[in-house]
Amino acid sequence: MGIYIGRRLLQMIPVFIGATLLIYAMVFLLPGDPIAALFGDKPVSPGVAAQLRAQYHLDQPFLVQYLLFLKGVFTLDLGNTFSGQPVIDVMARAFPVTIRLTVVAIIVEAVLGIVVGLLAGLRRGGWFDSLSLFVSLLVIAVPIFVIGFVARYVFAEKLRWIKASVGPDPTWSQLLIPGIVLGSVSFAYVLRLTRNSVAENLTADHVRTATAKGLKPGRVLTVHVLRNSLIPVVTFLGTDVGGLMAGAVVTEGIFNIPGVGGTLYQAIIRTEGATVVAFVTVLVIIYLVVNLLVDLLYAVLDPRIRYV
Amino acid sequence: MSSFQPDEKPTRIGRVGGPVLSRRDGLRSALGAAALLALAACGGNDDEPSGDESTGGASSTEPVTAWGGEPQNPLVPTNTNETGGGKILDAIFAGLVFYQADGKPVNDLAESIETTDAQNYTIKIKADQKFSDGSPVTATSFVDAWNYGALVTNAQLNSYFFEPIVGYAEVSAEPPTAQTMSGLKVVDDNTFTVALTQPESDFPLRLGYSSFYPLPASAFTDIKAFGENPVGNGPYKLAETGAWKHNERIDLVVNDAYAGGRKAKNGGLSIVFYASLDTAYSDLTSGNLDTLDALPDSALATFESDLGDRAVNQPSAVFQSFTIPQGLEHFQGDEGKLRRQAISYAIDRASICKAVFQGTRTPAKDFTSPVIAGYSETIPGNEVLSFDAAKAKALWAQAEAISPYSGTFTIGYNSDGGHQTWVDATTASIRQTLGIQAEGAPYATFAQLRSDVTDRTIKGAFRTGWQADYPGLYNFLAPIYATGAGSNDGDYTNPEFDGLLKQAAAETDADASQKLLQQAQELLFKDLPAIPLWYSNATGGFGESVSDVKFGWNSVPIYDAITKQA
Amino acid sequence: MSDTSVRPGQEHFVAPLEETPLRAVDAVDDSAPPSSQWGEAWRQLRRRPLFWVSVVLILLVVVVAAVPSLFTSTNPRFQTLADSLGDPRDGHPFGFTRLGEDVYARTIYGARASVVVGLLSTVLVTVVGGVVGAIAGYYGGIWDALLSRISDIFFAVPLVLGAIVLITSLQSRSTLTVSLVLSLFAWPQTARIMRGSVLQTRSAEFVTAARALGLSRLQVLVRHVVPNALGPVIVIATISLGTFIAAEATLSYLGVGLPSSIVSWGGDISAAQTSLRSAPQVLFWPAAALSVTVLSFIMLGDVVRDALDPKARTR
Repeated sequence: MGIYIGRRLLQMIPVFIGATLLIYAMVFLLPGDPIAALFGDKPVSPGVAAQLRAQYHLDQPFLVQYLLFLKGVFTLDLGNTFSGQPVIDVMARAFPVTIRLTVVAIIVEAVLGIVVGLLAGLRRGGWFDSLSLFVSLLVIAVPIFVIGFVARYVFAEKLRWIKASVGPDPTWSQLLIPGIVLGSVSFAYVLRLTRNSVAENLTADHVRTATAKGLKPGRVLTVHVLRNSLIPVVTFLGTDVGGLMAGAVVTEGIFNIPGVGGTLYQAIIRTEGATVVAFVTVLVIIYLVVNLLVDLLYAVLDPRIRYV
Repeated sequence: MSSFQPDEKPTRIGRVGGPVLSRRDGLRSALGAAALLALAACGGNDDEPSGDESTGGASSTEPVTAWGGEPQNPLVPTNTNETGGGKILDAIFAGLVFYQADGKPVNDLAESIETTDAQNYTIKIKADQKFSDGSPVTATSFVDAWNYGALVTNAQLNSYFFEPIVGYAEVSAEPPTAQTMSGLKVVDDNTFTVALTQPESDFPLRLGYSSFYPLPASAFTDIKAFGENPVGNGPYKLAETGAWKHNERIDLVVNDAYAGGRKAKNGGLSIVFYASLDTAYSDLTSGNLDTLDALPDSALATFESDLGDRAVNQPSAVFQSFTIPQGLEHFQGDEGKLRRQAISYAIDRASICKAVFQGTRTPAKDFTSPVIAGYSETIPGNEVLSFDAAKAKALWAQAEAISPYSGTFTIGYNSDGGHQTWVDATTASIRQTLGIQAEGAPYATFAQLRSDVTDRTIKGAFRTGWQADYPGLYNFLAPIYATGAGSNDGDYTNPEFDGLLKQAAAETDADASQKLLQQAQELLFKDLPAIPLWYSNATGGFGESVSDVKFGWNSVPIYDAITKQA
Repeated sequence: MSDTSVRPGQEHFVAPLEETPLRAVDAVDDSAPPSSQWGEAWRQLRRRPLFWVSVVLILLVVVVAAVPSLFTSTNPRFQTLADSLGDPRDGHPFGFTRLGEDVYARTIYGARASVVVGLLSTVLVTVVGGVVGAIAGYYGGIWDALLSRISDIFFAVPLVLGAIVLITSLQSRSTLTVSLVLSLFAWPQTARIMRGSVLQTRSAEFVTAARALGLSRLQVLVRHVVPNALGPVIVIATISLGTFIAAEATLSYLGVGLPSSIVSWGGDISAAQTSLRSAPQVLFWPAAALSVTVLSFIMLGDVVRDALDPKARTR
């Protein structure tokens, strides 16, 4: 097990290099001159533009820019944004709130999704199953910006339970509604995955055996049905973490949470290479760690899966 | 970025003289554009406290909370060219002049600005003025700040504002052959002179723009630190070091050292940065925000009923158009003039303003803006801006006789800024009237659109807009349509037009100068280098706990005049 | 347990494989026609009414997508600004959009782009993700390390960044580019789900049995592991079909979706967002059409999954 973890951690190095190189190349490929855009429709002073290009190394060839970035990683100087702030500071502000939002979203989708999915899977074809299908259809068919808009309209403007603008330093309760919105689509996935897995496992031999042995239904359900049904669910949740953090552009915008999604989106739109790559690098690392944890969980959930 | 706001949502407009506005202020809503100009704000309650909430309410020292956006650049006046940072700079700095709500310049720090030839100016500033850190504001504070802004190695985005000054060519060359502009001379502590390379009669009018603000000596020792914690001389100052909380808000308190005409009547100003206008609107309606000077698309239809007499919808100095490059095939020469006019006649501006913008934009009648002194609705040739399907078809048919058109007429736009709806409506109007192919051409980012435009590689028309930096007609015309001008992205050139601009710039009599600029626009209506669409209105609203809210000529609330009730 | 060898009603008599590995084989009915898991699944499917309901619904959507002109003669892009957000009336049963376009015609015409985006992305993602995940999970070792880390890298790419780069380098915005963008970002998820499922399945008894029977590893993977590991992937695929169609709306919302010359449900939902406060009904029809499509695919996915699961067959 220890060797396995060590090996996985070592694999992070090539992934890190591959991912940053890929992202850097993509930012490099972004069309348009970010410096010209800084001037808007106003006259571009050629001298000033040249100064700025040099300042952000935009006049350098791609590989030189990339190597400068790598050097930055090791000296913890990731460069500045176009607004003159160190990228490190921007990250230090954006990540904490996004991580909290993501945690809320993951908990919401995991708890709700697994509970509802379990109940629906136990009574397949029943009214609860149909209701859960209807709810999942709703969150699937209505894009997140509409769900978020409606949630804010109802809870902030009409009921006034929450503030529309959550801000950078919210309490956990303020993050509940944004978290539900963010986790809504994934909730549908978790629900359906759990439901089908549970339905499948109910007929499995080890469950029949367990029931036949006279185990209490509750124990059969949690230990034998649910535990074995969780592998796809856990895998999904693991893959969802990165998506939730980077993909929260819309939810963050709707509730005015200055987090990773929005900052990353703006940086992409403005072709701020340094910011984009720095953010994505952290996301990659989070991602790798989460997936490693998921793989280790497999062994817990299904003893037949072993790592050497 | 830039004062032109690429990300501006298509949201800002008003129903001038329409049946809307406030129910209670019915009379005011019936006033036309000109009267609004004088009144300055349909939402303002200057002389009567708005009845429902505040009568008898004690005034509060709580800061006014205002909508804003995270500044895109350090808070250095010569490096800020977008509205998010601009509104903060205007609050913490005072220039030689400031603009009243109607755009009229009033001396702020200037004692006098004198010239006899519109080319050489002597500027006297008031004595004993101080920055908020106690250091004096002198002639040197201005001259040093302007020289800093112009010098190419400082890479300031607004450097082109100093272009008219003698010596700009030397400091903007790369590498610069001088460190300071020879046209700026300090005479004594309170006097300096400015020499321009040619007469520019509206130069004094420009001096209220943020690029011309003074800087304290401390700014130059560490401009980076200054950009984070600027020290100004305006009605407000930063509440503390680090008051600019990035992506969150900036807290300003009243600056007691300021003695000019914009003395704050409230306890402070907190500008809150929003990523989404929708959220800001929610906060306004639920009482968590005092002023909002833009609206989300989703609120356009309802904001006037939501906010009642706290809704604001008035013309402003933002002009929207699309430019058809001079080099575009079939749009050159006589054939081009016919096609340009046909397309202009084919656009149903009034219906688009109503359906898409819910009356928060005003169909264009010229190339400038109704809030600018010298604006005229009756410039000969402006009938080309009316919707006339028959005429459009006839003109297009004439052009077809010269050379048949094939292909698709496209309007390029950046799809990250909420422009799709009006581009779709406009191209559909052209398509359905002329029976040709017409489509929007979305660019993923503003940078991509601008690159294609500035490299002259764009293969169709493209959206253009102009938010005036200072309230003058000349600012809407010279930078965009003069031969070789910095923002002349369509490469329009007309010697007669250039001649009129030059005459107007040399004319020291404002009325005569405006007449010349109107004549110049007659030429534009013949050539249509750009197709005028509409003026963006200043739209927004304010909360129940504030009064005396007026929106200025530049669509930003005049924060210093706002009073807040406890 | 399951497999070619055990037929319904017989499983109770089969002892655990480890003890008597050949008993299961003994139960094979030699007179029965050769049967595969897939063939058996098809026989099962034909008997389920839910299967036919979903197939009819899907066929309907496909016909609408293929020949929308059968269902309406109104041009979905014709604007009458005077009818902006207008109520339904004769000939315009669903009312009008903000730009005065006919909502019914747009819902009909929007099917093509939406269904193409949904199906194309789902197929691409399921095939690529499925194959990669199956190989990584089944062969393990270096294959797992290599394929999993490659998918990790793809996970890292922000959607909007990839979308802009892809749209620009392909010089076009079309249903194809949008599908490619969406697939590029979704396949690693399917790959991981498949991998997890295969990991679980490959240690099952019947797999050991099949290997013991002398089947090659590839044969075992294709015939025994994949069909039994497919459940979660089918769930993901059927939901993804809908979320891809809706994701096209989010791409439009972020400015990197389909151009307005291509009518799509996603584009219309995105456009309707601005009318939510005043005219929420404009959002309803494209969203409803999307829901029905997703529903039919989810139902299909359910019955297919049941059919693939031998233990669920008897019901």
